[in-house]
Amino acid sequence: MSKQPIKKKKDEVETTGHSWDGIEEYNNPMPRWWLWTFYACVIWGLAYTVAYPAWPLVNGATAGLLGKSTRADVAAEITRFEEANADIQQKLVDAELTEISADPELNSYAQNAGAAVFRTWCAQCHGAGAQGAQAAGYPSLLDDSWLWGGTIEEIHTTISYGIRYDDDSRFGDMLAFGRDELLSDEEINQVVAYVQKISSQEFDEAALGDGETLYMDNCASCHMEDGTGEITLGAPNLTDAIWLYGGDADTLFETIWGGRAGVMPPRGGAPAAVVDEAMIRAVATYVHSLGGGVATE
Amino acid sequence: MWDYAKVAALGLLALCAAIAANYARDAAYLVHAIIIMLAAGTAFVWSIRQLDEEKPAPDVATGYMDDVVRYGVVATTFWGVVGFLAGTFIAFQLAFPVLNFEWAQGYANFGRLRPLHTSAVIFAFGGNALIATSFYIVQRTSAARLWGGNLAWFVFWGYNLFIVLAATGYLLGATQSKEYAEPEWYVDLWLTVVWVAYLMVFLGTILKRQEKHIYVANWFFLSFIVTVAMLHIVNNLSIPVSIFGAKSVQVFAGVQDAMTQWWYGHNAVGFFLTAGFLGMMYYFVPKQAERPVFSYKLSIIHFWALIFLYIWAGPHHLHYTALPDWASTLGMVFSIMLWMPSWGGMINGLMTLSGAWDKLRTDPIIRMMVVSVGFYGMSTFEGPMMSIKAVNSLSHYTDWTIGHVHSGALGWNGMITFGALYFLVPKLWKRERLYSMAAVNWHFWLATIGIVLYAASMWVTGIMEGLMWREVDANGFLVNSFADTVAAKFPMYVVRGLGGVLYLAGAIIMAANLYLTATRGEPKAEIAAVAAPAE
Repeated sequence: MSKQPIKKKKDEVETTGHSWDGIEEYNNPMPRWWLWTFYACVIWGLAYTVAYPAWPLVNGATAGLLGKSTRADVAAEITRFEEANADIQQKLVDAELTEISADPELNSYAQNAGAAVFRTWCAQCHGAGAQGAQAAGYPSLLDDSWLWGGTIEEIHTTISYGIRYDDDSRFGDMLAFGRDELLSDEEINQVVAYVQKISSQEFDEAALGDGETLYMDNCASCHMEDGTGEITLGAPNLTDAIWLYGGDADTLFETIWGGRAGVMPPRGGAPAAVVDEAMIRAVATYVHSLGGGVATE
Repeated sequence: MWDYAKVAALGLLALCAAIAANYARDAAYLVHAIIIMLAAGTAFVWSIRQLDEEKPAPDVATGYMDDVVRYGVVATTFWGVVGFLAGTFIAFQLAFPVLNFEWAQGYANFGRLRPLHTSAVIFAFGGNALIATSFYIVQRTSAARLWGGNLAWFVFWGYNLFIVLAATGYLLGATQSKEYAEPEWYVDLWLTVVWVAYLMVFLGTILKRQEKHIYVANWFFLSFIVTVAMLHIVNNLSIPVSIFGAKSVQVFAGVQDAMTQWWYGHNAVGFFLTAGFLGMMYYFVPKQAERPVFSYKLSIIHFWALIFLYIWAGPHHLHYTALPDWASTLGMVFSIMLWMPSWGGMINGLMTLSGAWDKLRTDPIIRMMVVSVGFYGMSTFEGPMMSIKAVNSLSHYTDWTIGHVHSGALGWNGMITFGALYFLVPKLWKRERLYSMAAVNWHFWLATIGIVLYAASMWVTGIMEGLMWREVDANGFLVNSFADTVAAKFPMYVVRGLGGVLYLAGAIIMAANLYLTATRGEPKAEIAAVAAPAE
């Protein structure tokens, strides 16, 4: 060692006698508080593994003396809230649909529960804010243009039975006029122009041709002569500037040529045991309150 | 003969990379193949030009191989500034989402830049600091030149090539989606080669040491190198979809994959950011304080306890998930037992300074080291506390975790590295002293205040959002939506960003100071004799 060891004060503990690049090490004992705290942590740790599930065995693991289980804790918590909410859920099922929103306690519960159900089972298609997704034909639930009706009873029925899902579902049929050769492409273009005309859009005057006649013969039976649609058939209003798939010429052509048959599963696909009658009523109340709900006459 | 083989291998590599670029199935792989082709081609040309040149004699003044350390110091400083800049920018992206520019979508949005930031600070800044300091320290404490000749250069350039491949891959979307292990399969393979070379250089130097005993710093460095090799290989076991594409599929699935990932992730913290940096601490603190290490016994006990206990603590990252209760319990218990072994390093660092406390007033470098060790102690207390299941149920997924990581990373890893750089640059460039001690003082205060702003704001938002997430009404419904918590955090996000600005400003001052020291510092009068062997 050619380098001078680092100077140290007199009357200090010995060093270990080594020196690396001038660094020495004192032979100090470990601080007692450090050592005892370390021991205490180790003892506490071992005790904890006796009390709680800890050591893996061939099949499963030690359960621990306290019988703690995270899954059981969650199940207990869910049961606790279910029991606490049993009364108000029954009240929700028994109430007239139109009267739920008038009862502040019931309405508060229905809104919160409905929002939770909506986020879990409806938001995938209708969006987290219920704004829908036009590209895929998922309607916005925020406006007052309803395919199948906007009163709380009608919303309740739609959620309960779905649309074009099974024999109980709501059903309406937008024909594939082009694919099934009911209309030629040229005729479809004329209908497109007419639909754009009655929806107060710019349209191709030259393409209009027999558009009005064709509309009256093929479309008016469901969408009505004035184009305002028919809720009992799920036929949308064509005059309100709100479009399920889009109101531009290309999209209208696609709609008329190939037809449309969007599907909504009952309860958004939730098992009936999960979204039961109380929850259907809750989510109906929630959707009805979003801004487009129609008052029952 | 050996030189000709090397030239041939480099040429072949450049050719293979060109072929791979031709068949590349995605942008990241294409760019990487071109980078490798250019790197191999440059090395090829350089090697040919060197073929008949005289080999320069080793630096007889010291006998140590310090050129590679100098390069490492420059790389550390550079990547530090880059990493802090990226971090500060993404902090503001969180506060002001408009900074996720529309024209840069898919390249410079938060999701792409975040791994760039974490890898830049941990692997580029921290990794280069560890390689450079370990090369410096192992030579001096072993009184031996680095083993393996130019292998040390291969480690430096190879490691930095890994950094460039990782960083460009993130921006182009090549990722394994594993935190701190994002690089794809071929980058992982390359790092494995480099890391084995690193182990060989380090171990070879220790084996030919002229000191009887291995210094404590080298225990820590060795445990860091060996364990990181093991972690890296196991967590990156994957099968490439195509030999000409970046994408790969993990061998493990589901909760096994998650557990492997956090076994890796936690020990990346434990061995990369703790053990490795403790190696730095054990050399630079006694050197700068000019005092002996406080306790040999403490160092040996806390070393073995630390490396034994750390490896089991990973499951605390997965509390209340699909992980079984028993694994969760073990992760928590080992984390608590880890508390004192971690603090052993803090005690040895701080007590080494006892008797030299007056230096705190006059020496900002010592002050940096003390603050560093202080933050080390704080975050190694906070960590075990957050691993307790009840605490974790509040803290997990919140900004508290981000704050915890940064008090460790900015406080402990950053500050000890800054101290080491200030120590090293005058020595490596043979200068009397640093260009400006006042600038070091500025750096110290900017960095310290920056950390305090960062950690404090993240504690506030973390606990706040944890409480908001768990708040339910009388019927059991959540009171707050996620967006409510994001809105509530806005002011603290701005504070956090400002903390980052201060920390970055300090690092830029440091970079300027180090540059001026190396270029304009007063040359050292005479070089002290050292205990190096002639080689």
